[in-house]
Amino acid sequence: MARKLAIGSRKGLILYVADGDGWRYDGVRFRGTPVSMVMQDRRDGSLYAALDYGHFGPKLQRSDDSGATWQEVTPPAFPKSDAKDAPAVLNIWALEPAGRDMPGTIWAGTVPAGIFRSDDKGMSWEMNEPFMALPQRSEWGGAGNDTPALSSMAVHPDDSRSMAVSISAGGVWQTADGGKSWRNTSKGLWAAYMPPDQAENPNVQDVHQMRRSPTEPGRLYIQHHNAVFTSADGGETWQEISKAFGFAVAVHPKDPLTAWFVPGEKDEYRLPKDETFCVTKTTDGGKSFRQVTKGLPAKPAFDLVLRHAMDVDRSGDRLAFGSTTGNLWTSFDGGEGWHLLSGHLPPVYCVRMLE
Amino acid sequence: MAKISFTAHLRKVAPPGATVVAADNLGDALDQVFARAPKLRSYVVDEQNRLRRHVVIFLNGSRLSPANWSAQVLAPDDDVYVMQALSGG
Repeated sequence: MARKLAIGSRKGLILYVADGDGWRYDGVRFRGTPVSMVMQDRRDGSLYAALDYGHFGPKLQRSDDSGATWQEVTPPAFPKSDAKDAPAVLNIWALEPAGRDMPGTIWAGTVPAGIFRSDDKGMSWEMNEPFMALPQRSEWGGAGNDTPALSSMAVHPDDSRSMAVSISAGGVWQTADGGKSWRNTSKGLWAAYMPPDQAENPNVQDVHQMRRSPTEPGRLYIQHHNAVFTSADGGETWQEISKAFGFAVAVHPKDPLTAWFVPGEKDEYRLPKDETFCVTKTTDGGKSFRQVTKGLPAKPAFDLVLRHAMDVDRSGDRLAFGSTTGNLWTSFDGGEGWHLLSGHLPPVYCVRMLE
Repeated sequence: MAKISFTAHLRKVAPPGATVVAADNLGDALDQVFARAPKLRSYVVDEQNRLRRHVVIFLNGSRLSPANWSAQVLAPDDDVYVMQALSGG
């Protein structure tokens, strides 16, 4: 069971601790500063928080005592270049630990889309050159950002050299050799926002979020700009399982066929369809979905749940998600019913269950 | 000797009070301050040494253009303020 709940919000890192059958508020860290991503490295318990200062750029903080005290470590940065349009990191959007076969190594994904590796717990970073050198980058789009964004990373639990990453918008890319080489594995994804002859172009797919089943690593789910997809072959090929727009995905930690999504109405609206809010849950790998509304607000609701703003703990029973309108819901029964924990938070960017 | 001051928002990473440096231009002056307070650099400029979009520099009360800020010639007794712009955030 998760013992803590971390909310990356527009006004700081908001913490809750498990208290019986509920969550108790445990204060705010980095008060007033946007927090774009939170990550717990379960190999050593360390916590990372990516800050997104409006004025002073992205920063990275690490806590070695479960969030009681923090130290500023080094944010990932692109190499210095004399080129006029040389990239600079605008935001840290993905943080993932490598597996037990690479102790101490963590990965970061950024806006603009870059991949960085640290072997010293965030004290220094190395940019992944082969990923930056991909010629297909010229086809990638910016989606909701001005530049393509690294929207998620899914490390293979049995082999850290194997990793899938998603680009919003630039498809799914995989490495099997620790980042020395990359290939696009987006077969089956299609884009409703492109001219018909470009719909299946693998380099334009807007993958909002991708999550991998920890117990069956070949099973992945994608919330794409215009549909939900799943893969049963390690992300080589993808099958559409819903036409819903949305951002967030959570995959059951033990049952690879169970996953949760929060559907919305697509780009021109970005709000719940008919202003009616629900969570959708599949327990058969996407063959069918159930709409769960128990504990969620009646119409009208304008809540939008962003791509990093939902998580499930390692038991599969405890879930949480937060919205752009500052609502935070939790579940203790695998997402069958929801409880409003707060309706007065800042806009929520990231929700993470902590051990 | 130019005097460099930073917005109070940067008090956690900037030297306390004003820093007096001997430098011919603003780029060199800030490099000297960054050498004394290494964490400060990434708050003021990005990794390409471009002034962050919502940071603004005043020289003797006048706002500098972000384009060529580092080449700005400094005279003795110049007063430099590095502030957050009233945008973004």
